[in-house]
Amino acid sequence: MTRMLIAPPFAVLLAACGSNTGNQQGGQGAGVTGAGSTFVYPVLSAWAADYKAQGGQNINYQSIGSGGGIAQVKAGTVDFGATDQPLSSDDLAESKLAQFPIVIGGIVPVINVAGLQPGKLKLTGPLLADIFAGRVKSWNDPAIAKLNPGVALPATSIAVVHRSDASGTTFNFTHYLSQVSPAWKGAEGEGKSVNWPTGVGGKGNEGVAAYVKQIPNSIGYVEYAYVVQNHMPFASLQNAAGNFVVPSAQSFSSAAESADWGAAKDFNLVMTNASGANAYPITATTFILMPKTPANKAKSDEALKFFRYALSKGQGQAQKLDYVPLPAALVKQIDDYIGATIK
Amino acid sequence: MSATLAYPVEPGPPGFEGRGRVVDRLFHGVTAAAAWLVLLLLGSVAVAMAWGGRLAFKTFGLGFITGSDWDVPAAKFGALVPIYGTLMTSIIALIIAVPVSIGIALFLTDIAPRWTRGPIAIAIELLAAIPSIIYGMWGLFVFAPFMALHVEPWLTDHFGNKAIIGPLFSGPPIGIGMLTAGIVLGVMVIPFISSVAREVFSAVPPALKESAVALGSTRWEILSRVTLPYTRSAIVGAIFLGLGRALGETMAVTFVLGNAHDLSASLLMPSNSIAAAIANEFTEADTDLYRSSLIALGFLLFVVTFIVLTIAKLLLMRINRQLGRTH
Repeated sequence: MTRMLIAPPFAVLLAACGSNTGNQQGGQGAGVTGAGSTFVYPVLSAWAADYKAQGGQNINYQSIGSGGGIAQVKAGTVDFGATDQPLSSDDLAESKLAQFPIVIGGIVPVINVAGLQPGKLKLTGPLLADIFAGRVKSWNDPAIAKLNPGVALPATSIAVVHRSDASGTTFNFTHYLSQVSPAWKGAEGEGKSVNWPTGVGGKGNEGVAAYVKQIPNSIGYVEYAYVVQNHMPFASLQNAAGNFVVPSAQSFSSAAESADWGAAKDFNLVMTNASGANAYPITATTFILMPKTPANKAKSDEALKFFRYALSKGQGQAQKLDYVPLPAALVKQIDDYIGATIK
Repeated sequence: MSATLAYPVEPGPPGFEGRGRVVDRLFHGVTAAAAWLVLLLLGSVAVAMAWGGRLAFKTFGLGFITGSDWDVPAAKFGALVPIYGTLMTSIIALIIAVPVSIGIALFLTDIAPRWTRGPIAIAIELLAAIPSIIYGMWGLFVFAPFMALHVEPWLTDHFGNKAIIGPLFSGPPIGIGMLTAGIVLGVMVIPFISSVAREVFSAVPPALKESAVALGSTRWEILSRVTLPYTRSAIVGAIFLGLGRALGETMAVTFVLGNAHDLSASLLMPSNSIAAAIANEFTEADTDLYRSSLIALGFLLFVVTFIVLTIAKLLLMRINRQLGRTH
């Protein structure tokens, strides 16, 4: 019992020490700090390491989630924030922030059904919505069977896996479902977290991936990088043009190219349900948020230098980590935007 | 001077009287301060959480406790599902851990060969040292698939269609849910209950047991009529130490409970617990009401634990009164 009583204050003490050192680093002005989206963390940390190796400053990024990133950059505690859900122009103007995309990826429905190979199961958007809403309950439901003639579908119930935390991934996923399914839009709607009518919740992409791998006859949604790393079977989706596409670098960039970035003020654009013939329907973007008139100009300049590096030399590295580089026209547009808005 | 002390002090040897009293008073002050500090901390934590959750309590009133909706986009928060999940998983944990722990403790004190007692006791204490996230990962990667493939289908087949307990064992066997979480929690609290139980069993005066042997008692009679009655209050204390641990456990439960805000009678279905909901959702709680609701959840866990421990205390007092003891 004594052991239990001693432990908590000790933990508090350790935590206090930890945050002290963090503050000292911030206070000394060594490097740039950022916080936000967990999705962008792997590529951002790879860029930061390379950037530093080539003589740049330290980039300290904390992947605390999109919502946390927005809150922190608004409060001015970090030099930049990263979010998977773009802010509206009004919101940006009110909080005096600039916003631009940095990298593109896809969100993939992953399945765990014995005998189903990756991409073999075909699903449409409305059907995906019905599954996640619990209206289609069984794998051999006529609606699924009709789309997949010749595929052996088990007569078992579908176990739905969703996120337990609020997430930009969920925002993009439910934004897509709301666009293609009026029933979903009316009942669950879109958001970083929604009122899931069924299923189990995993924390983070890794939590959902782990649940789908462990629960037989389950379906979930994760970022593409997790599909590649975990070798998970996925479903192919019907896009707006009516074609069934599998998630891949090509189908993501096809979606990025067919999106009309030029018309989107402050890049406030969600790329789901893109119109291209081969476009993958649930393509997502991570956005960087920075103050238009930064309190610390030197740090802001250094951050911009880092992002310019990421958008030019860093894009090859993004590809290696299963993200999708931004189209050249978009990079040019971002460059102009940065020059015009961030002082 | 001695009038200010709360207890009588034996006069020290001549010449040392004055210094001895000063040291004694100092010692009294230090220990009292330590004791009051705990109460002060406890009180401040409770007040801080109630204050942080005031927005949620003001907005939803009693509905925060009785409501089963946890709808973030609609900003409607009700804590019934996490409260139910917390209590249910802890009850399952105790149903499993109490008999096993008492069995372990009795075996180690009275039945096991003397040379095995030390190693087994150390092994059990080491179980308590395993971080809860390890239990969570074991639960998810090893135990949940086992439950999904073997245990849960069997339960549904044999009990799912029975009259009263049927609803407890219905639903698809996904391996993640209250039953799995309860069993994992049970394994986690076994070392806590069994190591305390072992200590108190070995404190039973040998004379009592020897007398029972002399009267021709069997081993079972010694256990049930001497050891258990003699140690009853300490054992109840040990059980509630384990219960306290089960109620507040976060990491392991998050892995295997399913984190779903759905109210379901079935033990095989996913649910949520107070600690797991806070751990999952706090980082991205970006509205005041959402954050306040999560802090209010923390306050409720505090209240639930307090109520459970009070009931335990009252229970203990009643048992002791029936036995005609004073404490």
